[in-house]
Amino acid sequence: MHLIQRLGQLGLKLCGDFGRATLFLFATLFRLPRPVKSFPLLIQELYSVGVLSLIIIIVSGLFIGMVVGLQGYNTLNKFSAAAQLGQLVALSVTRELGPVVTGLLFAGRAGSALTAEIGLMKATDQLSAMEMMGVDPLWRVISPRFWAGFISMPILSAIFSAVAIYGGYLVGVKWLGLDNGAFWGNMQSSVDFYNDVVNGLIKSVVFGFVVTWISVFQGYDTVPTAEGISRATTRTVVYSSLAILGLDFVLTATMLGGW
Amino acid sequence: MNSRFVETFVGFFMLLGVLALLVLALQVSGLSTELTGQNGYKVTAAFDNIGDLKVRAPVTIGGVRVGQVSSISLDPISFKANVTILLDSNQNKIPSDSSASIYTAGLLGANYISLTPGFDNDFLHNGSVISQTHPAIVLENLIGQLMFKLGGGDNKKADTTEASKQ
Repeated sequence: MHLIQRLGQLGLKLCGDFGRATLFLFATLFRLPRPVKSFPLLIQELYSVGVLSLIIIIVSGLFIGMVVGLQGYNTLNKFSAAAQLGQLVALSVTRELGPVVTGLLFAGRAGSALTAEIGLMKATDQLSAMEMMGVDPLWRVISPRFWAGFISMPILSAIFSAVAIYGGYLVGVKWLGLDNGAFWGNMQSSVDFYNDVVNGLIKSVVFGFVVTWISVFQGYDTVPTAEGISRATTRTVVYSSLAILGLDFVLTATMLGGW
Repeated sequence: MNSRFVETFVGFFMLLGVLALLVLALQVSGLSTELTGQNGYKVTAAFDNIGDLKVRAPVTIGGVRVGQVSSISLDPISFKANVTILLDSNQNKIPSDSSASIYTAGLLGANYISLTPGFDNDFLHNGSVISQTHPAIVLENLIGQLMFKLGGGDNKKADTTEASKQ
């Protein structure tokens, strides 16, 4: 009996969490825009969420492109089809690796920072202090962070894909001596802008939305203690990663018709 | 933190994003050739069987790319596949009695159209029709024909095995 009660408790808590997260999202999104006052806040958050994530995105993009190039070359060479390396690198990066790996890195680098920052603000009663002063914390703290994450994620994903393809180019053409023209020519004849590049960007927009939503909600909803903040940060990374990988499958399955 | 510093970096970040998208569009997916390729001219060819030919497949002469397939449709009366070919505008000296054949790049590669130039003094122009076409070679049909030809050989083999048993 006790076990069933625990199960019911868990279910109710889950429903409650989802409901609160959705209400929180609506409260963040649907409010009167105050462009003049909130624009500097957005710029500040774009810097800390987007620009500071740039280095890790570029470095990992370069290395992932190089690894895919090296592995792909060795495998394709067995079928003497190494000239198709450009196609392999470009398709795997623009369709899957770009959005997914960027999303995972983004959750680890920016999402956890957002959660910890907002959680600490709540634990030190800064959010309550703002409300006391008549400043809406949803407008002042949450909204710019949410939009900054939503905007930077597709940009980071595009940068990741471009850098990764150049990583594959470095390995394939500069190091292993593939033909330059065949590398780019095969790539261009097989990669379609709308089906591959744009669908990859749509994926990254969805991931950006989900990751920032999870991170700001976990921060806002945290138990205001040191332990609570550490738990909320862990939950952000775990939930974001699971959401990215699950949604990636769903998105790929729905987009597959066009391929 | 100095706000001008922050704003500059965010500006660079945005610029880098647009640049990356441009690289993906132009260099990786070859959107530029698709857009600039519109100033070519179109010719049509009717094939019995186009195999696995796809829109945007390359059209070559002697292995050199001269255009691409722009659309494929089925003729409702003759049940032939009408392939519209977009040829580059600088390739305007292709004889009008040229023939078109569908080949496969390598054993398992994608299909493409190869034009074999003829000897006519008239040249292909917008709207002209390539009348001489060779359909795609479908591997399954080839194997089927081979099996049919080898049918006699199978019987002989069975005979010899029976003979060796005796």
